[in-house]
Amino acid sequence: MILVFIDHTDSAIKKSSYEVLSYGAALAQKMDTSVEGLILGTVNDDLSVLGCYGISKVHQVSNEILNQLDAQLYAKIIADAISALNAEIIIFSHNQTGKTVAPMVSARLKAGFVSGAVTLPDISKGFVVKKNVFSGKAFANVNIKSTIKIISLNANSFQVKKTEGVAVVEQLNISVDSPKIKITAVNKVKGEVPLTEAEIVVSGGRGLKGPENWKMIEDLAHVLHAATACSRPVADSGWRPHHEHVGQTGIQIAPNLYIAIGISGAIQHLAGVNRSKTIVVINKDPEAPFFKAADYGIVGDAFEIVPKLTEEIKKIKA
Amino acid sequence: MKILICISKTPDTTSKISFKDNNTKFEESGVQWIINPYDEWYALVRAIELKEKNASVQLHLVTVGGTDCDPIIRKALALGGDEALRVNTTSDDSFYIAAQIAQIAKQGNYDLILTGKETIDYNSSSVAGMLAELLDLPYISLAAKLEINGNTAIVIREIEGGEETDEVSLPVVISCQKGVAEQRIPNMRGIMAARTKPLKVIEPAAIDALTNIVSYELPPPKAGVKLVSPDNVEELVRLLHEEAKVI
Repeated sequence: MILVFIDHTDSAIKKSSYEVLSYGAALAQKMDTSVEGLILGTVNDDLSVLGCYGISKVHQVSNEILNQLDAQLYAKIIADAISALNAEIIIFSHNQTGKTVAPMVSARLKAGFVSGAVTLPDISKGFVVKKNVFSGKAFANVNIKSTIKIISLNANSFQVKKTEGVAVVEQLNISVDSPKIKITAVNKVKGEVPLTEAEIVVSGGRGLKGPENWKMIEDLAHVLHAATACSRPVADSGWRPHHEHVGQTGIQIAPNLYIAIGISGAIQHLAGVNRSKTIVVINKDPEAPFFKAADYGIVGDAFEIVPKLTEEIKKIKA
Repeated sequence: MKILICISKTPDTTSKISFKDNNTKFEESGVQWIINPYDEWYALVRAIELKEKNASVQLHLVTVGGTDCDPIIRKALALGGDEALRVNTTSDDSFYIAAQIAQIAKQGNYDLILTGKETIDYNSSSVAGMLAELLDLPYISLAAKLEINGNTAIVIREIEGGEETDEVSLPVVISCQKGVAEQRIPNMRGIMAARTKPLKVIEPAAIDALTNIVSYELPPPKAGVKLVSPDNVEELVRLLHEEAKVI
């Protein structure tokens, strides 16, 4: 049986969970086995609706302590659930929760783990999972040798597939210890699209000359319902907050569309964004290395092009 | 207080990535090796800052790898580590690496174990979590700020769309990212001192790897950029809408 870990925040299921559910369902079909879901904590969403992503059952440990992540506690409960349900393959999202908890579950069960998978496993010869390595510059095909196998799936790597179906919701009786980590504050940026979950990202670099010029980036992001990002020098100069810095040492993202404005495209920046499906580069320097990694480009003055682009997109969205 | 900092050798960020032996091995010739930036700039430098505040703090470094790791260990010692251990083995399996480090961590009685949030070669973000579980310790990932107050670690960690503040009693395993500290360059005195600091080599424990890399592949080359005239922005919108289908 394949068990898909369903992640949630603020009482709602995360978008990335629909991707892993669809991935789990497709893998179950490929392997001719069943697929079920596991959720820790409580949400406002009706869990039976998750049946339309191809799962027959959702197991829930509905203890409110679990609405906040304590990695050690999560790992123990998930490992107990895997044993109780006899699951053989466990799928996580490769997001902050998955990156934290999946390795712990792996060590606890001595179950081989491949993080950041980009496609369904090849089961013709062993169980081989393709993942990103070298910060997006290459892929590795990794074979999992253990009986229990764990995969975390990269964001925006698998198409969500919605059909008909209702899942049975079953409560799972697993004892919950008290967490060792105390969360004393949570600060979420309100109203913005989280960078790692965004399907479209609009990003600005030094070519924008100063923080006062970011309004046009935000306007473009707004019409596209996109997240905003920036290059390292921009974050280091304090023009934009550090949590917007994408690149090798910042956040790595893989949106469907990445629009880079006034960013030259240093190799360290590319390492953070080269998994984007489509890259658009707007830069006045025709020699900017970013054009080599781009799908579409405009050589010209961002201050003229970006407002025009925003207006044109408004037209097609209207 | 005793801090264990886990460091890994990775290719320099500007390295050209290629493979040999029928795409089963990473081509190492011509590659410049560095300390994994997350391990160095954030985990190690933060540990050094903690020692600067309190001289009784001991900083132990551990890496799993062959003799070719020694230059990067010496650099970490030059930055400010007190002593280093190298487990003399190589592997591409995170569990194998974590289990080797766990053997060392168990003997060392560490109050704090720091790693980078991931390595820039395998990008697995796995060793820290596995290590915590093998040691039965709490784990805080993706730390962007780290303070130690007596026996408590106060950590600001990244979550989707924001951050949270966590408090936990030591010992704890923490993976570090940008924000925890700033990159430093070793000074001449540090480089001289590093030559005589202890670097102990120990043989690996018998542990079964749970995964193995079968092969590597490079992404298909980009078809090349399609340039649109700056006077024809509507054409770009049309391409994104009709051809790329992303808006």
